[in-house]
Amino acid sequence: MTTTEITRSIDARGMACPGPLMTLIGAIREGSVGDVIEVLSSDEGSKSDIPAWVAKARHELVDVVTEDGYSTFVIRKVR
Amino acid sequence: MGAEDRLSLVLFSGTDDKLQSAAVLTVGAAMMGRPVEVFLQYWALDAFRADRILKDHGVAPEAGLEGARAMADQGKPHWSELFGQAKDLGEVRIHACSDSMEMFRITAEDLDPLVDGVWGVASFFLEADGPITFI
Repeated sequence: MTTTEITRSIDARGMACPGPLMTLIGAIREGSVGDVIEVLSSDEGSKSDIPAWVAKARHELVDVVTEDGYSTFVIRKVR
Repeated sequence: MGAEDRLSLVLFSGTDDKLQSAAVLTVGAAMMGRPVEVFLQYWALDAFRADRILKDHGVAPEAGLEGARAMADQGKPHWSELFGQAKDLGEVRIHACSDSMEMFRITAEDLDPLVDGVWGVASFFLEADGPITFI
């Protein structure tokens, strides 16, 4: 896991697609530039969707860690 | 964002599974920054009536009992909630087909506030200048 300081952590495990990504987008919109947001998701779609959205929205995907039954995505708001 | 990125959806079917599918596509497009134009006809329009939007609209015949149960167990937000979230996320507009409105003898006041207005089919094609997805 990264040593980056997490501004906000969201546990979206159990949410069906596209819930976790929608929650992340909401958090990014509410946050400030430089914030680091961590999202925990058990939705398989998040594995492709969250990196795809982060690239499209031009934020930074700091880390992805796959655990047993879920993944943790760490995103930095860059603009 | 150009018109070539627009998702143009014609919703005809009024069963909850197809409306759920349409809502997920709409949310997905809105999340990726694509404008979405939704045109409601026939049974989909009927499902967007304010007095029945949350009622059970059933599922397509191929779902069967097992499919209907799987859908209920997934615990997704109702499709109307997803359309609302899509509208909050991006440029999503929903219009009712005037011809279907006449068929049901209803007016704009009978529709859920998710619906932005009533259009003739030509107005839809003025906006939907790319491929159409029909559900």
